[in-house]
Amino acid sequence: MSAVGASVINPERQRFARELVTPEGVALRITLATASERAGAFLLDAVIILGVLVAATALCAWVASATHGRALSLIGVIWLLGFFLLRNGWFLGFELGARAATPGKRVFGLRVAARHGGRLTADALFARNAMREIEVFLPLTFLVVNAGGVDAVMAALGLLWTGVFALFPLFNRDRLRAGDVVAGTWVVRDPRRALATDLARTDLARDPRFAFDSGQVQAYGVAELQVLEDVLRGQDRRAVRLVAERIRTRIGWLQGPEETDRAFLDAYYSALRARLEAGLLQGRRRRDKHDAA
Amino acid sequence: MAETELKSARFRREREGDWRRLETLLQRLEREPVSRLSDEDLLAIPVLYRATLSALSVARETSLDRSLLEYLEGLSARAYFLVYGARSNLGARLVRFFVHDWPAAARALWRETLLSAAVLVGGAAVAAWLYAVDADWYFAFVPRQYAQGRDPTATASALRDILYSHAHGGMLQVFAAFLFTHNAEIAVLAFALGFAFGVPTALLVFANGCTLGAMLALYASHGLLLPLGGWLMIHGVTELSATVLAGAAGFRIGWSLAFPGERSRLDAAAVAGRQASTLMAGVLLMLLVAGGLEGIGRQVITSDLARYAIAGLSALGWAVYLYGPRRSRP
Repeated sequence: MSAVGASVINPERQRFARELVTPEGVALRITLATASERAGAFLLDAVIILGVLVAATALCAWVASATHGRALSLIGVIWLLGFFLLRNGWFLGFELGARAATPGKRVFGLRVAARHGGRLTADALFARNAMREIEVFLPLTFLVVNAGGVDAVMAALGLLWTGVFALFPLFNRDRLRAGDVVAGTWVVRDPRRALATDLARTDLARDPRFAFDSGQVQAYGVAELQVLEDVLRGQDRRAVRLVAERIRTRIGWLQGPEETDRAFLDAYYSALRARLEAGLLQGRRRRDKHDAA
Repeated sequence: MAETELKSARFRREREGDWRRLETLLQRLEREPVSRLSDEDLLAIPVLYRATLSALSVARETSLDRSLLEYLEGLSARAYFLVYGARSNLGARLVRFFVHDWPAAARALWRETLLSAAVLVGGAAVAAWLYAVDADWYFAFVPRQYAQGRDPTATASALRDILYSHAHGGMLQVFAAFLFTHNAEIAVLAFALGFAFGVPTALLVFANGCTLGAMLALYASHGLLLPLGGWLMIHGVTELSATVLAGAAGFRIGWSLAFPGERSRLDAAAVAGRQASTLMAGVLLMLLVAGGLEGIGRQVITSDLARYAIAGLSALGWAVYLYGPRRSRP
């Protein structure tokens, strides 16, 4: 069973798991976004912004030519202010919404949250997005400098210096970028999970074919129960067969004539969970099969 | 065996309806504006949120159904983000910003503001002094493409004409918009550069001061200081104040990162960042006003007296608004 267990627990997810204590005093487990997810979300946003900019510029040019240049100054003002709003307001505007995420973050299933619980405020969002100026735009200006000699050396040094800001998230545990540091925020996975059906089946508990004795339901602990849950929820028939064989061997169960692996595991899961939960109610949590029964 | 259903299964069966309702409400709130939800639904959200949180606490101690635990964990976190999210009445927030937050932030950063002003004035003084030593220094502070003929080789009458020309015809609004966006980007940059312990912010403010000082020295050497003052200060009062405040916002961030005091560095930076960003929102508004005054007001108003009057009024206005005495909030 340990072989199956290793494939189920994701070390990446463990590394980015954090606790967030709500004002009600309950610690919620959340998962931070990885650097690659953040970069992907940002690139997606950048592409959308560029697309909007190109489309809006084309529209402005079309209106300018259609009106024979009569509305030129108005169009100029709209374009300049629109560009400014797009550059500075895109992230701020979307993150102020109920979903607290830009379209790029939504695609990657991310959202912004205040680091110490509490409210996500507008000034914090302003701060985290104003910092993009040194994280993105400043490195870009050094990148596009077209110079030779001393100027090229200066540009390279400038790029190195601003690169510190751009790559800041890679050098800390929580993947905070400069904006997150000064705003007191971080970016987390949107915790959206479907509620699956309960696997514990009452009908099997009465089934005389599956009358486990107390020694048999004491063979495993919580860790094994949850691996069993993963196997039952998964679609892997081979895993079901292997696990059923391992459990039968361990508890000394003789397979009945009509007994399928699936039915056996369903029944054993219900019985084991009933046993372990009864222990919980009496304050005993048996972690795994090595824990004292 | 009188009872075959697990206690944890019954627990789930009895509460599942509430969880599903909360989930539906969250989904609607993420897609639709708040006003589309009925009062009854809105009032139910915090209640359902707390019920789900307590269900999670109970489930952690009594249930071994991992799918259920993860679902409750996720649902609680989502509801938590919404209940404690960035969701406040925009109108009320704006009123609060103008009545309280902006002036309060400006006053809280008074030390940084003084420092920033000193750096600006220092830059101007250094540039003026260097200009007096050798006029060629002018081009170190004012790039040739921005000088537009305003350089040491120009005659006094040419310099004077620039101050009173009705330039740009119908493109004044575009000019104003350009000035605003350009200055705003620089102000945001000065704020963001505070992250490097404020040193680049100081350099940026100092460079701004140098340009100012070089211009003043150039016109003063031709005996045109008074007219230049009107030309510069009609918007300059607002724009330079905004520059100084943006520098102050950057310094606050840099200072909190370098010397966090009793808090942890991250916490200190977060507090400073929020305070400084409130001030920055105000700075952007000031630059919008300055852009209008520079792009339109200065081109239309060519009387020295009127220019000085507007400069004086705006100086008084900003000073009273930001630093004037006010009743303490209840």
